[in-house]
Amino acid sequence: MKRRALFGGAAAVGAAAVGGAALGGVMGGADAAATGPLTVDFHGPHQAGVSMDPQAHQSLLALDLRPGIDAEAVRRLLLLLTDDAERMTRGRAPLADQEPELAAVPARLTVTFGFGPGLVATVRGRRAVPTWLGPLPAYRTIDRLEERWSGGDLLLQVAADDPTTVAHAVRLLVRDSRAFTTVRWRQDGFRHGAGTHRPGTAMRNLFGQVDGSANEAPGSRAFDEIVWRTGADAWLDGGTTMVVRRIAMNLDTWDEVGRAGREFSIGRRLADGAPTTGGSEADDVDLEAVDARGFTVVGPAAHVRRARPDDAGQRIFRRGYNYDDATGSGLVFSAFQADLERQYLPIQARLAEQDALNAWTTPIGSAVFAIPCGVRPGEHVGEALFT
Amino acid sequence: MFPRLLPVLFAAVLVLSGCGDGGSDDNTQASGVAAANAWVKATDMNMSAAFMVVSNSAEEDATIVGVTTDLTDTAELHETADGTMRPVESLTVPAGGSLMLEPGGNHLMLMELTEAIDPGQEVTFTLEFDDGSTFDVTATAKDFAGGAEDYEGTEEH
Repeated sequence: MKRRALFGGAAAVGAAAVGGAALGGVMGGADAAATGPLTVDFHGPHQAGVSMDPQAHQSLLALDLRPGIDAEAVRRLLLLLTDDAERMTRGRAPLADQEPELAAVPARLTVTFGFGPGLVATVRGRRAVPTWLGPLPAYRTIDRLEERWSGGDLLLQVAADDPTTVAHAVRLLVRDSRAFTTVRWRQDGFRHGAGTHRPGTAMRNLFGQVDGSANEAPGSRAFDEIVWRTGADAWLDGGTTMVVRRIAMNLDTWDEVGRAGREFSIGRRLADGAPTTGGSEADDVDLEAVDARGFTVVGPAAHVRRARPDDAGQRIFRRGYNYDDATGSGLVFSAFQADLERQYLPIQARLAEQDALNAWTTPIGSAVFAIPCGVRPGEHVGEALFT
Repeated sequence: MFPRLLPVLFAAVLVLSGCGDGGSDDNTQASGVAAANAWVKATDMNMSAAFMVVSNSAEEDATIVGVTTDLTDTAELHETADGTMRPVESLTVPAGGSLMLEPGGNHLMLMELTEAIDPGQEVTFTLEFDDGSTFDVTATAKDFAGGAEDYEGTEEH
């Protein structure tokens, strides 16, 4: 494992947005208080909360519009939530906040908005709903989807490095949504704690695997090409598409698998996430490599082989969070890609057809959202949807 | 979209929030005034209240003597003293200082409302000063379950 000299305090945290696939050393000598005041701009050509090194804690909320909520009411809702997000992401209390002290530590808080088909139809009519904005195709070989983790009209992705900040932001956003919506589901997740790993370190999931290795570095040209939409609908120009999958992980049956079997199932080494064919985590997997007996080192059902793009267009950006609570253990998997049909669906179809990891994982929730373009000062999120 | 260090100076947020001002003369009380964080309690009842921070950059006090809004003909200036809300003739925005209108404290009282105030609705209030100048403030309606629930003016808290 690569270990690097560590930056102190704010410098290390400031590097967080660069992200990337570098391997983690253990963070040392960091000034914990340096992470609290950090902010991520809410405004910009793209929504915040996607092109960044993911925060330690995240809540995803899917809201359903109440019966009778029309386009004008949706606009009022988005005005309120935009104002809340603008204030809280700057470390300021929203209007009418009775716990303003809880807003004082932004800790890289981001609030990202996604629209489900119901909201788009309400604002612009059914014909304005893109073909891809709806349930994913049914993957009958793997899916055991539950309503309580699926669908939704409005997604709020709330993330920060301080779980108290996330809880407060969620509370305020839900309070201001209550007149317009009901909460359909909420999925909380965590990555490594803030300050415990070098920024940009890929996280480990609860199987112990390094998760997100193949991600392009946020802010890189490759990332931008994979994630951001251009042209097409104005309200999505500069936006993206988001898939949320709740993947239950059976830690008990995983326990029965030895280390070699675990590495074979995915095609990466557990120690550092490097391909079993050698190199380091950032290196490509050599799918052609064979062992002394002539078998491919990476098996036919290995996750990396099945997930590997058929062509350069099949790339996605993953933003996964572990969950471990009374409902079980697993991964709140999010994927962002400019073109869901072109980039995401082929990968998902291959994994549903065959993936060694399917023996221990079960998708129990699924939702698709359109992430509208970024917000300029004075606008509310999704403003272009109303014009 | 890169994180940057934020000086945590959120306590006194006196940012101009694009609110219009009704006074045009530079020497009026209204001309030195700004308002921020204006909101009004959403309601489907016949009473509500509005809150904000009014600041005054002038060297003289500004004295608010009235408030008007399209929502109702009955809008009053209220103070809360000894846990009781009651109408007052005026509220002063001190020179170089600010006046907090907040739940449980001074506020703008709205009565005899004939229509609901919906969450997210924007409501304009015109503050009137004792020199006759006026200042317009736009407030956002928000659901609020907090301390301003009791409007009778006689209740002890």
